[in-house]
Amino acid sequence: MLESFLQFTFSGLTVGAVYALVALGFTIIYNASDVVNFAQGEFVMIGGMSTVFLRQDGLPLAAAAALAIVLTTVIGILLDKLAIARAKRASVLSLVIITIGASIFLRGAAQLVFDKQLHRLPAFAGEDPLTLMGATILPQSLLVLAGAAAIFVGLWLFFNRSRTGKAVLATANNRLAARLVGVDTAFIMALSFGLSAAIGATAGVLITPLTLTSYDVGLMLALKGFAAAMLGGLGNPFGALVGGLAIGLIEAFGAGYVSSEYKDASAFLVILLILFLMPRGLFGKKTVERV
Amino acid sequence: MFGLFKKATLLTTAAGCLALGATPSFAEIKIGSVLAVTGPASFLGDPEKKTLDMLVEAVNAKGGINGEPVTLIVYDSGADANKARTFATRLVEDDEVNVVIGGSATGSTMAMIPVFAENDIPFISLAGAVEIIDPVNSWVFKTPHTDRMACEKIFADLKARGLTKVGLISGTGGFGKSMRAQCLDVAPAKGIEVVADETYGPKDADMTPQLTNIKNTDGLQAVVNPGFGQGPAIVTRNYRQLGIEVPLYQSHGVASKGFIDLAGEAANGVRLPATALLVADQLAESDPQREVVTSYKAAYEEKYGEPVSTFGGYAYDAFMLMKAALETAGSTDGEAVRAAIEGTKGYLGVTGAFNMSADDHLGLDSSAFRMLEIKDGAWTIVE
Amino acid sequence: MDRFLPSPTARILLALLAILALAPLVFPSTFYYRIFTLISINAIVVIGLVILLGYAGQISLGHAGFVGLGAYANAIGPTHLGLPPLLALVLGAALSAALAWLVGRPILKLRGLYLAVVTLGFGILVQMVLVNESWLTGGPDGMAVEDLGLVSLVKALGLKMKTAQVWYVFSGLMLLLAAWVALNLRDSPTGRALRSLHDSEVAARTVGINVARYKLIAFVLSAVFASVGGSLLALFNRFVTPDVAGFIHSVELVTMSVLGGAASVLGGIAGAALLTTLPQALTVFHDFETVILGLIMMGVAIFMPDGLLPNLANRAKRTRRTNR
Repeated sequence: MLESFLQFTFSGLTVGAVYALVALGFTIIYNASDVVNFAQGEFVMIGGMSTVFLRQDGLPLAAAAALAIVLTTVIGILLDKLAIARAKRASVLSLVIITIGASIFLRGAAQLVFDKQLHRLPAFAGEDPLTLMGATILPQSLLVLAGAAAIFVGLWLFFNRSRTGKAVLATANNRLAARLVGVDTAFIMALSFGLSAAIGATAGVLITPLTLTSYDVGLMLALKGFAAAMLGGLGNPFGALVGGLAIGLIEAFGAGYVSSEYKDASAFLVILLILFLMPRGLFGKKTVERV
Repeated sequence: MFGLFKKATLLTTAAGCLALGATPSFAEIKIGSVLAVTGPASFLGDPEKKTLDMLVEAVNAKGGINGEPVTLIVYDSGADANKARTFATRLVEDDEVNVVIGGSATGSTMAMIPVFAENDIPFISLAGAVEIIDPVNSWVFKTPHTDRMACEKIFADLKARGLTKVGLISGTGGFGKSMRAQCLDVAPAKGIEVVADETYGPKDADMTPQLTNIKNTDGLQAVVNPGFGQGPAIVTRNYRQLGIEVPLYQSHGVASKGFIDLAGEAANGVRLPATALLVADQLAESDPQREVVTSYKAAYEEKYGEPVSTFGGYAYDAFMLMKAALETAGSTDGEAVRAAIEGTKGYLGVTGAFNMSADDHLGLDSSAFRMLEIKDGAWTIVE
Repeated sequence: MDRFLPSPTARILLALLAILALAPLVFPSTFYYRIFTLISINAIVVIGLVILLGYAGQISLGHAGFVGLGAYANAIGPTHLGLPPLLALVLGAALSAALAWLVGRPILKLRGLYLAVVTLGFGILVQMVLVNESWLTGGPDGMAVEDLGLVSLVKALGLKMKTAQVWYVFSGLMLLLAAWVALNLRDSPTGRALRSLHDSEVAARTVGINVARYKLIAFVLSAVFASVGGSLLALFNRFVTPDVAGFIHSVELVTMSVLGGAASVLGGIAGAALLTTLPQALTVFHDFETVILGLIMMGVAIFMPDGLLPNLANRAKRTRRTNR
């Protein structure tokens, strides 16, 4: 019994860590610009796919991964500079359409630049599972968890210790006020897009040895990540972490204990329930709505 | 706006005909096709389209069918049945095709059937489920084995190994769901007891919870995984991670080299029913399928630089059946071509030997399926 | 010329009628009847979204769920329960309205993106049920839909029309009806209340408008439009699969309403026309299809933030002014 429980937990945490990273990407961009970036899942896809193809071109795995993350970061910044920043008069709705359009565009481009096949990377630390009280976990799952933890800690330090990070937080709180005290909000926007893209790409690199990748994996990740961000309270990085892990765990326990056919349903039912009871999400900002 | 493009193509084709001194009466043969070239089923539609492109090119280089040049019009349904239906209408009403090959997935095929049947257009589907040809629609044929045959083949192999208690883990996509139903249906008759029955979604990233439940089922002797795409590869990897010892069976839905690459080490020991195409070089010299299989494989791999897949093979057979029927009929008359396909006897294709009749619009028996096992990352024939 | 026409609503409806009446003159083949029928059916759903997005300022990422309910009501009702198709259409719409009310009531008291995530979950749940309950819905491979009997009715009346033409006329009339309802709603007290929310919710509240109630009305209405559109699609195609309720379809619908101009009925119809014909036109580009579709969506949203139609209208006005 305990063995099954542990096995479900490992599964839920691994998948949940990826949702959490996608949710974090949503949160960072939302904070800087009020944009809900539905292209967030494509960053994960580009990270994984470029690593696969750079490696096929002969680069060692580590170099391919690093280059893929840099490449995705550049794409993230371009998305801001070429699309979001240009749509000055656009409503929130139009911005959503822009990011959905960007996600369709990136998916189409990936299908041209790469291919339509499924791909996989070798596990970074071997394929032999580790056993803990009868349950097994792959070393790669531990790397995913460690990577997610490192990103969250790093971001916390960045936002709370560095000057730039504080400027991001200031922008998130009140854009006009931030601009008045001399924060370059255009730079902050580009930074947020770059950062989100880099986080997405890292998630893509870490997860590809476990879950495989192809040009169309982004959409489902974006949906789950968005749901996780809303569950945690859109705009709160800690909420993104908890929301992501929660959805991963609910799915795993749903599949293990209830019904594998309706496991995605269990995740969304919990979200609906929580939003009905706690409309700001678990850790949403308690600010007054401005009009 | 589409019409304009169409006219341009017609003009160029017409010019081509005149230049070659072919019949100026403009009697080209138009083959329509709706395939899931992109989207979740692109691993079906992509090799199917490539195969058709290759064959049409080859046929035209040899002067076409019945001396007429062949034009192939392919639309991408993205595996969406509503789009497939619209493109089917476009093929019939706008492009005025003579015959149709395609429908990569069962849903799209079922949505398109009424369009072709109402317009007397012979249609060969490339999708799996048995409902396409049962009950028989006089205009509709198909080339892939049915999922029911795959279940029967797997269960027969299990019986031969003395295993009767199986766990099922199926994808909830069309293929997995349909095959699961067929396996559950055919199991009692084959003396197989299904002791566990789990499912997973087409985009799921981890199946260890479902497999843990299967592993903990009393008396489990084997596991069968109906499904295609990434799911079976992840199931196979999770299966080894959990250290499940009983044999694992996959379906013909993963019968491509890609599956071995994706599942890696974990694929070793997996068995599945598949066509001769995967083991072309291992076929006995005396094997009647050897020649057609090796020549298709060689041509495809040379042209596209990627391993051939079973799904492209379905398109190969569909095209060859259609070509033979057009030649037998000697015209593009719908009824004549349809009757010619129905009268196909002893066509030896990539998938198997086809013997059609008025009540069998597939014409394959399960002898065309070979039981394969993956050993050291390569297919081997189990006999 | 303006003074001979009674009202802007009548003018818009007459313009639509004229387009629908004249379009067949330039159709190169009967296939175009199908495309225009699809445009009309999509436009009916999009007009519902215009009420929700344009009038009430709320976004739904799961409207295809309601389309799916309507479509499967017409698949399941006649097949399993022996209901006449029109009754199934009405029951589907009633079910959609009831569900929209249940989901919307608690959530529409809140502001922001909550409706988006809740409808997203709703759409995914609907699709999941359609995929999983094969005994009822035929599962992922879908099920056949019984005939509405339109063609035989037309034949009985002694008219000689092809199936595609019959549907073209029928769907066109339904579109006119939907547009008429939406335009009248816009000019009604409810519509004015709704549009005042869109401008400023707090202002609306201070003048005594029950904000949540009006948003709920808009949401329920939009669900009914979506459900009716879904029923028509099922009856027209004679076949349904769960894709019709999928997230991608939801996104397509929202995109149609925003691209055309979210606040206007005509804009919604233009958006539906654009996004229904684009995939057909883009088949020329083969592999580049998806890339171009994405670029067009981004381009319109960036350079025409009010939507395609209002933007073109403004531009036309400006040139007319400069020419004068």
